Amino acid sequence: MSSLERSDVARLAALARIDMTDEDLDRLSGQLAAIVDSVAKVAEVAGQDVPATSHPIPMSNVHRADEVRPSLSQEAALSSAPQAEDGRFRVPQILGEEA
Amino acid sequence: MTDWTRATAAQMVAALKAGDVTSVELTQAHLDRIAAVDTDVHAFLHIDAEGALATARAVDAARAAGEELPELAGVPIAVKDILVTEGMPTTAGSTILEGWVPQYDATVTRKLREARMPILGKTNMDEFAMGSSTEHSGFGATHNPWDLDRIPGGSGGGSAASLAAFEAPLAIGSDTGGSIRQPASVTATVGVKPTYGGVSRYGAIALASSLDQLGPCARTVEDAALLHEVMGGHDPMDATSLNEPVPSCVAAAREGREADLTGVRIGVIKELSGDGYQPGVEQRFEESLDKLKALGAEIVEVSCPSFEYALAAYYLILPSEASSNLAKFDSVRFGKRVEKGNVERTMSATRAEGFGDEVKRRIILGTYALSAGYYDAYYGSAQKVRTLIQRDFAAAFEQADVLVSPTTPTTPFKLGERIDDPLAMYLNDVATIPANLAGIPGMSLPSGLAPEDGLPTGFQILAPAHEDARMYRIGAALEKALADEWGGPLAAQAPELEVAK
Repeated sequence: MSSLERSDVARLAALARIDMTDEDLDRLSGQLAAIVDSVAKVAEVAGQDVPATSHPIPMSNVHRADEVRPSLSQEAALSSAPQAEDGRFRVPQILGEEA
Repeated sequence: MTDWTRATAAQMVAALKAGDVTSVELTQAHLDRIAAVDTDVHAFLHIDAEGALATARAVDAARAAGEELPELAGVPIAVKDILVTEGMPTTAGSTILEGWVPQYDATVTRKLREARMPILGKTNMDEFAMGSSTEHSGFGATHNPWDLDRIPGGSGGGSAASLAAFEAPLAIGSDTGGSIRQPASVTATVGVKPTYGGVSRYGAIALASSLDQLGPCARTVEDAALLHEVMGGHDPMDATSLNEPVPSCVAAAREGREADLTGVRIGVIKELSGDGYQPGVEQRFEESLDKLKALGAEIVEVSCPSFEYALAAYYLILPSEASSNLAKFDSVRFGKRVEKGNVERTMSATRAEGFGDEVKRRIILGTYALSAGYYDAYYGSAQKVRTLIQRDFAAAFEQADVLVSPTTPTTPFKLGERIDDPLAMYLNDVATIPANLAGIPGMSLPSGLAPEDGLPTGFQILAPAHEDARMYRIGAALEKALADEWGGPLAAQAPELEVAK
């Protein structure tokens, strides 16, 4: 596996919705490449026959009855929002502009 | 006059019941201590004097009226800022949540309120629990009370430091790769990561959901057990919560003090020693093994060959889960918003300003590990390593009842020493991470001070899943044997902090 390049970090940051300045990329790219090189060794050890573990303790899905139960009021749910209007979260323009 | 900040929680419980002290006196003593030393230690991000005293007054009134009260009623506690607390600011150490006041309580917060424990405030931590030193907090580092120039561990450095500085008798921690046990180790306190699912994670701001576990922090094994039993138990609000009784931790800890360990097999994990482990840390570890042997335990060596890959697997699984969990910080529903054109640009600008470097590194790493073309090689392989580590533990627990190692390879290092070298920072958790990958419980308790620098060293005990009580029994036995030699608890040897006027 090839190491992480500066351009990869810029692309990944854009995918993760984090703006990065040139200085940020300078600072983080080298560190990230070193981390990626170091963790790549996981591919060496486990063969095809080893199953993957996603969860440490065996468990099955749990369900609850589909019934109404107490929840936050609309006012409470909106009280921490940066902006709210007419009982809804208010956000900047979504469509009609290049991202 | 008794200095109640030096007492154990168990002693406070007894004194409250006997009428030798009131909860208001206990709570005020700790608030005074916080006012005196926290400018230097910086264990707290938020202090709730008014709320804590109100709870204390209510407990005192109820006790005076002859009401039946929960065991820890009136004993104050510090809460890691990862738990949401209704009406009390919660940041998880991140400026992206600065000023956020939650509208609801985490399950553990609710249990503390039901136990009628005055909540002193919220403790400092690495941002979203990513770190081993609290230096990644968005609000400045916490300082180790044993040496203010050194790290208190992380991510729960605030909780551990609050105990070592006698600002609180009990604290809540969360442990994703060692964030309870490593801070306990470097501050000479006790920290426990329960079996995965043993404590509800509802309302704990998620880092890596398959690894995160809340647990107790204290200055003694018995105190940790008392808090463990308050925190634990099944919760329908957390789908991974274990539907089984809370382990009898308190009984095990009390029994352990009198224990004869004849017939107990203690497995020393060969891979967690040697290269990278400070000589003084290994020396104190060996001495603790001698104590256990003197109590009748049999010491055996076990090998866990896959542990060599644990750190690498962890730094793929954790960032992958974190990159997904942290997507919720999108500037829409709560937290910071940096306006910059449309919603997407606003989101990117907000996350750039609100997240620190370590969080950005891990989100990018996780985004990479989960991306098409790399998924099998990175995330898929890491999950296979997780299976191998579980198999290693299963084999080791065939040979031993508990497994032990030093908690951390070194004593606390200087603040700033590893901040620009993430890989060096990650090595702090090399001995604690395997337990999280396997979901098993782990405890750290003090094993002494390293001869070369006079700083705390920790002893880690790991038990099979669901067998949390086992490590309390053995931990209490070791704690007593060491305290007999030291002439009291190690915490009492911490240097006096300068008291602000």
